[in-house]
Amino acid sequence: MKHNCEQDSMELSFPATEVEASVGIAKLRNQLTAHGLPAARADDVKIALAEAINNVVEHAYAGMPPETVRINCMMCRETLEVRIEDTGHPMPGLKPPDGKPPVIGNIRQDLPEGGFGWFLIHQLASKIKYERHKGYNRLSLWFDFPKSA
Amino acid sequence: MGLSSRTTEGTQIITVQCDRIDAAMAIQFKEDMRAETENDTRRVILDLSNVEFIDSSGLGAIVASMKQLGDERRLDLAGLHPVVEKVFRLTRMDTVFKLFNSLDEALSAGSN
Repeated sequence: MKHNCEQDSMELSFPATEVEASVGIAKLRNQLTAHGLPAARADDVKIALAEAINNVVEHAYAGMPPETVRINCMMCRETLEVRIEDTGHPMPGLKPPDGKPPVIGNIRQDLPEGGFGWFLIHQLASKIKYERHKGYNRLSLWFDFPKSA
Repeated sequence: MGLSSRTTEGTQIITVQCDRIDAAMAIQFKEDMRAETENDTRRVILDLSNVEFIDSSGLGAIVASMKQLGDERRLDLAGLHPVVEKVFRLTRMDTVFKLFNSLDEALSAGSN
């Protein structure tokens, strides 16, 4: 662990339900802004984190009593690393989905109403890493903030 | 969820009175939109100026709201915050809906 990067970190945890996640994500958005996250990319982080957290609520704890989602954000020089941990089911195949976007065609009734979550995460994060540890999942997302931006 | 609605010159304006449309409220939003649009107004404008955040579930609920209008009626979106517009742009849903900066702009553009 690089000590200087640990100084600017924040933690948040909440029960993995849709309502608690909604409140938790809103809180996280405010905290990221308060931590001086560059505005240009702050929205990207917010969108990606909301999708990642919703996936935990919807999939990791599917068919079991929801426990806690733990979020850890570390600002390190020009990179923000966010770790999302849960004690739910492992990801299928022990890897995150590729995030192919659903097809948008010309027929209104066939328009996709979902399936954009991982696509958005892949579009917005500069690096994605998933690890299955003993009894818990850790998804790490990195976001770069070039100083010149 | 909180929607308010009014009709002016054949256009229905539905304003979302909530600061976000996300997974926790997507189903309710879709249901409320169904109830609000049970009429035959040709054009519906969804005023999103109070909505500061949307996730892919919220986006899906807006798409579903358009689908439940049938094929003859249109749903336009107005007053999108930058982060909301970004979700539409990244998913290419900005090619499906007409997006207007403000409600006034949407109204003066008419239904064409």
